Amino acid sequence: MITVTGLTKRYGGFTAVDDVTFTCTPGRVTGFLGPNGAGKTTTMRMMVGLTAPTHGEVTVGGHGFTDIPNPARHVGVLLDASAQHAGRTGREVLVLGARTMGVPDTRVDDMLHLVGLTDAESARRVRDYSLGMRQRLGIANALLGDPSVLILDEPANGLDPAGIRWIRDLLRGFAARGGTVLLSSHLLHEVEQVADDMVLIGHGRIVAAGDKATLLARAHDGVLVEAADPDALAGALREEGLAHRPAGAGLHVDAPALAVGTLAARRGLVLTGLRPDGDGLEDVFFQLTAGTQRDAALPERIAA
Amino acid sequence: MTVQPIAFRPFDLSATPAVPFGRLVSVEVRKMADTRAGRWLLISIGLITAAILGVMLAVVVARDMSVSFGDFLTAVSIPMGILLPVLGILSVTQEFGQRTALTTFTQVPSRMRVFGAKLAAALGLAAGASALSILLAAVAYAGCAVMSDAGADFGAGPSDLARFLLVQALGLAGGIAFGALLLNSAAAIVVLFSVTFVLTGLFELGAQTIGWFADLRPWIDFQAAQGPLALGGLGATEWAQLVVSSLPWLVLPLLIGLRRIRRAEVK
Repeated sequence: MITVTGLTKRYGGFTAVDDVTFTCTPGRVTGFLGPNGAGKTTTMRMMVGLTAPTHGEVTVGGHGFTDIPNPARHVGVLLDASAQHAGRTGREVLVLGARTMGVPDTRVDDMLHLVGLTDAESARRVRDYSLGMRQRLGIANALLGDPSVLILDEPANGLDPAGIRWIRDLLRGFAARGGTVLLSSHLLHEVEQVADDMVLIGHGRIVAAGDKATLLARAHDGVLVEAADPDALAGALREEGLAHRPAGAGLHVDAPALAVGTLAARRGLVLTGLRPDGDGLEDVFFQLTAGTQRDAALPERIAA
Repeated sequence: MTVQPIAFRPFDLSATPAVPFGRLVSVEVRKMADTRAGRWLLISIGLITAAILGVMLAVVVARDMSVSFGDFLTAVSIPMGILLPVLGILSVTQEFGQRTALTTFTQVPSRMRVFGAKLAAALGLAAGASALSILLAAVAYAGCAVMSDAGADFGAGPSDLARFLLVQALGLAGGIAFGALLLNSAAAIVVLFSVTFVLTGLFELGAQTIGWFADLRPWIDFQAAQGPLALGGLGATEWAQLVVSSLPWLVLPLLIGLRRIRRAEVK
């Protein structure tokens, strides 16, 4: 459980993080989403005590991060996969971590295996690692202490599609076992696939937060419907007075799925597809994070 | 979605005490030796010391000179005086230059404990290096005595060795202080050696040309104040001069550096 309350960071006259409040719940993956420079990394750095907040506080499991004895045993952190000594081998990076937090060296092998770094790869210097390999090493480092909370900044950055799927499954599994996951990204579709809850940040302020379904509902306006007999469906919609227009292989209808489904059932029409339509979260994301003056006009929802 | 059983333990801190200081020290020792730069620095301390002693031994034997054990100790203190400060600098700055401080300070948020562990690790390595160089010097001196038939008189008591170790420790501490002050390997090395060698030269010049400056010098020139340590004659005045002259060149940079590390936003 992570609780962020009124977190603010000012650099001179510039406010990098502005009164940010949200929570991350055990058993759920929370996506922290925002364009570059929105304040995601600064927020996460403040969460783990690397940057002192101007105001506000963060607790993890009810404790300030820096008050947790041996925090790596409770909270796995990956902030920047490239922040490793280029001259150390991948294995050595993990051995240093294991020795610091007091877990057996066998845990190093387990984590290397888990993140898919081979013995040969782990014996190479980090200088020779691709970004994807560094991310895997960073994730292994975060998991080394068997934590119940994960704080990951852009963990999918540099991973190939298979790697992105792998980390998605890993984080889902971690949350399913009761772990708390906070991951940031500037790529919406990365987060959309894995997150249960989302926090959207732009210009240092939270512009939207909540569970994914609620945010998606806000993003969608109507449904996309496809039928075995499109003309019959269009005719039926016209007769019922439901506004619609052609969209791709089917029709866009400005009505809830229930209304369209009911209509089809009553008329005996065979539907081959019925799903929410709209520009999706991406559009909401762009809208919400577009400019400061728009942010002020939009309703703000703070996650409970 | 089906509700999964909660497999994680509740957020219970009772089973995880703080990382013991000794463990932090051993990790810091490991960090000094697990990179190519660190490993070769340590190896070169041994190799250069051995080489200097070898040359000295050859010259002394060839010319049939009369030397004391103290002369050998002085000889080995030269490479140590240069390499140990570098060891001190690197122990602090590599975390910032290579940005591993991000991981280190996340795993151990108490930065002063980490710094303390670095200090202890560096002092431990320096003590080991000093012990090794004393040993090598003793071997060389014994060899010299055997070859020149002069008989050996080590003549160096525990207090001589203690003063030798103190000089090495001060050199190392100076490196750590400037490393902490500048948090950058290259800058710290340049500034430290400028202070050590260039400034000492200027002080020397000043002392020779300005009468009153010669009296002031031992109070403000840290290097000059360390001179009596090597020679052995330390009265109350010399100790006081050592302490006073360490204030601007060791204590102050160390304090500013500690404050910097404590507050620095680790990027």
